[in-house]
Amino acid sequence: MSLHDTTRDELREIAGRYPEARSALLPMLHLVQSVEGCVTVEGIETCAEILDLSAAEVSGVATFYTMYKRRPMGEHHVGVCTNTLCAVMGGDAIFERLKDHLEVGNDETTADGKISLEHIECNAACDFAPVMTVNWEFFDQQTPESAVELVDSLRAGEKVQSTRGATITSWRAAERVLAGFEDGLVDEGPAAAGPTLAGLEIAREKGWEAPAPGGGAGPRAANGADGAGGTKTAVATESPEQAAEEADTSRAESETKAAESPADTKGGGSDD
Amino acid sequence: MTDVLTPVLSKNWGDDRAWTLQAYEDQGGYQALTKALSMAPDDLVTLVKDSGLRGRGGAGFPTGMKWSFIPQDDSAAGNKPKYLVVNADESEPGTCKDIPLMMASPHTLVEGVIIAAHAIRAKRAFIYVRGEVLHVVRRLQAAVREAYAAGHLGSNIHGTGVDVDLMVHAGAGAYICGEETALLDSLEGRRGQPRLRPPFPAVEGLYACPTVINNVESIASVPSIVTGGIDWFGSMGTEKSKGYTLYSLSGHVKRPGQYEAPLGITLRELLELGGGMREGAELKFWTPGGSSTPILTAEHLDVPLDYEGVGAAGSMLGTKALQCFDQTTSVVRCVLRWTEFYKHESCGKCTPCREGTYWLVQVLQRLDQGQGQPGDIELLLDLCDNILGRAFCALGDGATSPITSAIQYFRDEFEAGMHTPSSELFPPVASTLFTPVGGAA
Ligand SMILES: Cc1cc2nc3c(=O)[nH]c(=O)nc-3n(C[C@H](O)[C@H](O)[C@H](O)COP(=O)(O)O)c2cc1C
Ligand code: SF4
Ligand code: FES
Repeated sequence: MSLHDTTRDELREIAGRYPEARSALLPMLHLVQSVEGCVTVEGIETCAEILDLSAAEVSGVATFYTMYKRRPMGEHHVGVCTNTLCAVMGGDAIFERLKDHLEVGNDETTADGKISLEHIECNAACDFAPVMTVNWEFFDQQTPESAVELVDSLRAGEKVQSTRGATITSWRAAERVLAGFEDGLVDEGPAAAGPTLAGLEIAREKGWEAPAPGGGAGPRAANGADGAGGTKTAVATESPEQAAEEADTSRAESETKAAESPADTKGGGSDD
Repeated sequence: MTDVLTPVLSKNWGDDRAWTLQAYEDQGGYQALTKALSMAPDDLVTLVKDSGLRGRGGAGFPTGMKWSFIPQDDSAAGNKPKYLVVNADESEPGTCKDIPLMMASPHTLVEGVIIAAHAIRAKRAFIYVRGEVLHVVRRLQAAVREAYAAGHLGSNIHGTGVDVDLMVHAGAGAYICGEETALLDSLEGRRGQPRLRPPFPAVEGLYACPTVINNVESIASVPSIVTGGIDWFGSMGTEKSKGYTLYSLSGHVKRPGQYEAPLGITLRELLELGGGMREGAELKFWTPGGSSTPILTAEHLDVPLDYEGVGAAGSMLGTKALQCFDQTTSVVRCVLRWTEFYKHESCGKCTPCREGTYWLVQVLQRLDQGQGQPGDIELLLDLCDNILGRAFCALGDGATSPITSAIQYFRDEFEAGMHTPSSELFPPVASTLFTPVGGAA
């Protein structure tokens, strides 16, 4: 098997989008997956050749990231979040049921080649727990029963739509979007749903809102209506060292120490 | 006094087709950009500095100060191109604010990016978004395309002479790529492993050039500050934690979701808004800012959720990811699962984290199975002690947070792990959403 010329052209096109071509490697590997069904040796070699890297270097990158697959994937990738919160709320039960129902283990593909099942980590949708994904589209607030229905519909080739996104295409088609090629489905699905709107809905019911912009409705309104000119209030942190102390622990470390670094010329960016 | 909830970022999320340029502009979008483009970059940096905006990605470092670290003088570094990179990797367990923001209103972020890039004089910007959120990637791609077509991006934006190019870059599944220097390596097409500092990203970041890395919510807050001004921003929040922010409520609560409020609101207030815990449930423990922040308990319901308040309670505000667990939940099971996550996501670069998380999982597994051995609790604490402060990056430190805090508050449950499996003490089925509290399987 050999990568088609169009694919090679598209891989080169991706490489051309970045100030330094190597930055394109992740999207290029997404494209390889969309064409080949996984990261193949040929795909690795082609990326290496275009980016002037060794195949070993590209392979080293590919194996680091969980979304890159070394074995051919099924038509659909089904993910079940089993990170703590989803697991507790039912994700573990859903994953068990699906393994049973599909007769596969984690990271395996059904005999008919339709579904690859994988337990996934927190997908930034915990307020919709328990969460599933199909080809990286959200399926929110699932139960073992709804999960079984979902995979059955997928296997039957029925039309399935994400609870907060577009009509399901295929894992390969999704990988193409991740490589940077739009698929025209952006306008499907809502802007937001359910939990995303919880606070906004309560605020509307109660008539709550943020102070009017520019108004300075609060206690520190002394400096006039329009603070955008940079009126200096006696606020906040004045020195990097103090900011470092006040910032949360080691996560602020890099920012913190930047203060001591030679970069801290405070040239044009400084206010005083 | 401001209102209890103050939707600013979330204000337009319920709008029809809120993700489109049309809908965004109809409700005032890109007016902040017009204003910002008429301002000198240094004045923008000063504005954001004086607003008191602190990074929303977990550490709370002042955003304007970070911007001011970018060398703009005639030095070697000052003459290099500058880059702005938005951290949209959102993978910290429990954290779920940036993804819904970008799904509903990607233009808020794009507008913030253009303003921030202008402020630090960056001609190129990137949004590094985790790959596992296809529809969000679509919405970002379309927003960037629309912004170019409208002349908000590109060269000589609206005739002001300002050039900004923006690219959406999808990651490929690795929690560590949220760590800012690992993110840079990943964006350069490498394995995502943290870099040694110094040099710091402000001097040698992307392609060894001066780089600002900010969280999605931090950058998305900038347009409102440009429009509203610093006094408006400071009229919300507390003395040292200014402004509004997105709190994400999840778990055994009646109404999980996004709540945008002034910094300093308490969990009790947030829970009351949504009707409290689920029927018949009591709050047992919670994380204030994701799994890397030490857990808290019901005794902390009145802690002000700002950087200082949560810090004083022995934890961290982090990403304001309030994961609430009720009395049906086994602490040991939760801590084991989080630790398995850290072990899996450890990039392997340093020994304390790579080896330490492996051993932590071994010990926690046997405690979870009721087969703990005498001394296991001390062993856990000892292992944590050997990771905390010795790991190369904050992932290692974060991995110890759930363990040490859980032992502090629920030591008896770990002791029970010497003889009784967690699943016997706390049948998992009772914790699921499909079972009413007190109900059987
Ligand atoms: C393991 C790890 C994961 C992180 N993940 C994220 C993330 O997903 N998003 C984010 O904005 N910051 C994350 N951070 C924090 C970043 O390193 C950095 O502090 C932040 O992006 C700075 O943005 P801010 O100043 O606007 O908050 C992570 C840090 C660590 C150590
Ligand atoms: S602490 Fe963990 S994630 Fe961070 S560099 Fe060390 S091994 Fe990698
Ligand atoms: S824990 Fe499942 S989406 Fe966060």
